[in-house]
Amino acid sequence: MTVPPAMAVPLRLIPVPAIERATRLVFSHVMMRHPGLFDRLGEHAGKRYGFFPSDLPVGFLVEPAKNRISVHRKPDLPATDAAVTGGFVLLLGLLEGRLDGDAVFFSRDLTVTGDMEAMLALRNALDDCNIDLPTDIGSLAGPFAPLVRRTAVEIRSRVLPKEAGQWN
Amino acid sequence: MELICPAGTPAAFREAVDAGADAVYCGFRDETNARNFPGLNFSRDELKAAIAYARQHGTMTFVAINTFMRAGREKLWHEAVDDAVRLGGDAVILADFGLMAYTAERYPEQRLHVSVQASAANADAVNFLVETFRAKRVVLPRILTIPDIARLAKQIRCEIEVFVFGGLCVMAEGRCSLSSYATGKSPNMNGVCSPASHVRYREDGRELVSELGEYTINRFPAGEAAGYPTLCKGRFNVADERGYAFEDPVSLDVMDHVDLLREAGVSALKIEGRQRGKAYVAEVVSVMRRALAANAADRPALISRLRLLSEGQRTTSGAYEKRWR
Repeated sequence: MTVPPAMAVPLRLIPVPAIERATRLVFSHVMMRHPGLFDRLGEHAGKRYGFFPSDLPVGFLVEPAKNRISVHRKPDLPATDAAVTGGFVLLLGLLEGRLDGDAVFFSRDLTVTGDMEAMLALRNALDDCNIDLPTDIGSLAGPFAPLVRRTAVEIRSRVLPKEAGQWN
Repeated sequence: MELICPAGTPAAFREAVDAGADAVYCGFRDETNARNFPGLNFSRDELKAAIAYARQHGTMTFVAINTFMRAGREKLWHEAVDDAVRLGGDAVILADFGLMAYTAERYPEQRLHVSVQASAANADAVNFLVETFRAKRVVLPRILTIPDIARLAKQIRCEIEVFVFGGLCVMAEGRCSLSSYATGKSPNMNGVCSPASHVRYREDGRELVSELGEYTINRFPAGEAAGYPTLCKGRFNVADERGYAFEDPVSLDVMDHVDLLREAGVSALKIEGRQRGKAYVAEVVSVMRRALAANAADRPALISRLRLLSEGQRTTSGAYEKRWR
């Protein structure tokens, strides 16, 4: 599934610093809940990883060694060591390990460029981390955590491909 | 028949156990195992926790130490065996005769399985390993037909394990030098076939081009399912024709022949895929478990859903049902 234009268009209007602030809040929270996320990267921790959703007007740069994520508006995307391009929902599915990266690659729904060894290490690191975005984001919502989590799970079950997410 | 399932990370290991694996095979995070990919595999502490989790659920753990030792660096492989035994691995899966000798001498009670990488494919080879190193099981290379396996089973004195689903290695495993030829690294010595460090993908117009070292492996037109960048599944110009010289980008699936494999004397069915994500492991193991419990007539429908997860989104019965090109 691709992000509907009605949802993607507003991102063209919101200033990048505002998007980046929200993204960094989620990123730091995920890192706090999964402190070992980048342990598996080894020598690849110092690389620059690009995540470029094909259906959003922005891209994301992750620098594990600096524990940093930044947001960039297209077409001014930053230089990376390795980058992955695909639908935003697919990228989130891979982030959570709910989709198999190889299978998505075989289907041509995903494009990977640059340092394959670095990207493979990151894929495997993410896959082992059991990130669950509804739970991770929900915990940011204080007393509303259960409601946010339930809503996020519902959205995820509707947007992820049918074959994903049936196993847990 | 046992269902032997892959795990490249602790998360995938737990998924395999939860999905109904009889045994999970995995390896250490170094060149002692033939899936030595970046970010993959287990530390000693992770393996210890995984074995404990498996035991709680009545699942066995097999530790693959299935590359070939390098002269002067044997200690790395010896320590891998020492630690696999100490941590309680139910079996070690070995390819190197020297390492089998070390294991049989130091740990005579340890269950020893012959890795597919040992390329033991005839009765003399298998019985030699059984008699010399007390091997209890052989994992057969994917180059035999089912009648071949049935004949072999009658002549050997150990259990037989065969690959039934997943990545298809079409060569005599442990003997293939294609990856070495292109990159200087191989699954046999370094644990990597077509190492990611030598792989490059690029878009050329609407084509996806895969390159390994200095070789173009394939050009996938728009809309065509992609495959791994391995030489054995590359598309080449041969004489006046352009095509797959060895094998197409395709995965193995012989679940249609499970009953024949059982009658042939096979004890365990192996799923390939330690390099795949936990989503793949969970999906494939649970479907295979259901398929084994199902009637033969119901299996194709169950297994067909796995095709989209496969290389090239296609499957083949490979050499098990040999058809010459």
